[in-house]
Amino acid sequence: MSQKVEKLIDKKGLRLDGRKPDELRPIKIEVGVLANADGSAYIQQGKNKILAAVYGPRELHPKHLALPDRTVLRCRYHMAPFSVQERKSPAPSRREIELSKVIREALEPSLFLEYYPRTAIDVFIEVLQADGGTRCASITAASLALADAGIPMRDLVVACAAGKVDDTIVLDLMDTEDKKGNADVPVALMPNLNAITLLQMDGNLSLEEFEKAVNLAIDGCKKIYAMQKEALRAKYVNIKEVEE
Amino acid sequence: MPTFFEKRQLVTPGDLLAEGDYIAGENTYKENDKIYASRIGLVDYEDRKVNVVALRAFYIPRVGDTVIGTVVEVGFNGWTVDINSPYLALLRASDVLSRPFRPQKNDLSKVLDVGDLVIAKIIAYDRAHNPQLTVGEPGLGKITRGQVVKITPTKIPRVIGRKGSMISMIKQETGCHIILGHNGVILITGKRLEDEQLAMMAIHKIDEESHTSGLTDRVTKMIKNEKAKRKGGS
Repeated sequence: MSQKVEKLIDKKGLRLDGRKPDELRPIKIEVGVLANADGSAYIQQGKNKILAAVYGPRELHPKHLALPDRTVLRCRYHMAPFSVQERKSPAPSRREIELSKVIREALEPSLFLEYYPRTAIDVFIEVLQADGGTRCASITAASLALADAGIPMRDLVVACAAGKVDDTIVLDLMDTEDKKGNADVPVALMPNLNAITLLQMDGNLSLEEFEKAVNLAIDGCKKIYAMQKEALRAKYVNIKEVEE
Repeated sequence: MPTFFEKRQLVTPGDLLAEGDYIAGENTYKENDKIYASRIGLVDYEDRKVNVVALRAFYIPRVGDTVIGTVVEVGFNGWTVDINSPYLALLRASDVLSRPFRPQKNDLSKVLDVGDLVIAKIIAYDRAHNPQLTVGEPGLGKITRGQVVKITPTKIPRVIGRKGSMISMIKQETGCHIILGHNGVILITGKRLEDEQLAMMAIHKIDEESHTSGLTDRVTKMIKNEKAKRKGGS
């Protein structure tokens, strides 16, 4: 039953979904979508659909976990059972626990955690539909939710992946490209400070390819950053327009 | 030494606001002689100082602030009060009861019970300790009637308006007595429920549209329209 490996990039140099190698998937971002959370955001990146909610800073329970000099940032990345083709058990998997940690560490440098000692900030990320690159989309949404909650930060964090598919360096991999491709490099960035907060690599790349991939991912991040800012402003600009 | 935005322009966290010899004010931070915004809000350049008036923020206690809170726990020698902040506040029993009290004999829940609202003043707070409250001044103490509205704490100055223009207008138009807590909780007491509701509507409007200009006029108009509507209806 051996099937010929399908081509991920056609003769014209276009990808499975018709994108050029350096093209992002269509992105839609909304801020302040949940009434009960202190801050929230929703992102659609291609077929990815992700909700992020932020609570806090608030009293930390159990109290012995509180730190005397800073806020504790807690992060929970979770995939809904219906987010993938085959039902996923709702219990946190090894992968989800790891991603929660990775996302927390990507967001932490952007926040002034030392401002509010003895408290906790909780970030909940719910993946409703997954199609590759959810950790990046989650970081983008979670950072917006933090800003929406009014938590002081150095800069918004934006994330995007690049990788190698059929020996071509491509931007913003989707699920099939991620699984059948050669490598995946997710990058999270604070664009105004030009600081990387997350850099991972899954697969093999030569030094030149790696550099090319990182630069491509950074370019992608900057494009998403513009949309991210626009989404945050939109919440307030709309009210202004209705009035005038 | 350039600045990069106009006064009262909307900025998002991470926006570069000014470069060079400036002082980082509220909701901003300085790094390598550059001043960035740390919250979403409206910029304000004031001589050398750069401020951002935050549109989204939470209340951080300050000594001397008047706050309105809810009792969430009755303890042995005091109450724990939720003041709409990351930190819970403490109100000591000895502060409320003028006579000396004995924990064995006096039942504190008869004085203030869980769910009761209090107007109080913050007398002590620092990074290491939760804020402490007092009700030992005129105007402070348990709230017995009225309506309570919660808004974003940073918008309290907007509700007050320039030299108190907004708040005195609302008081005059609705005939209600209004107490503003620095923690974003507002108490409205009026003669009739309708008056109180009118004042609540006005305050919600200010909360939603605090970043727009000419707000006082629009709120006045809204109140007058509502009043006319009600007269016509009844």
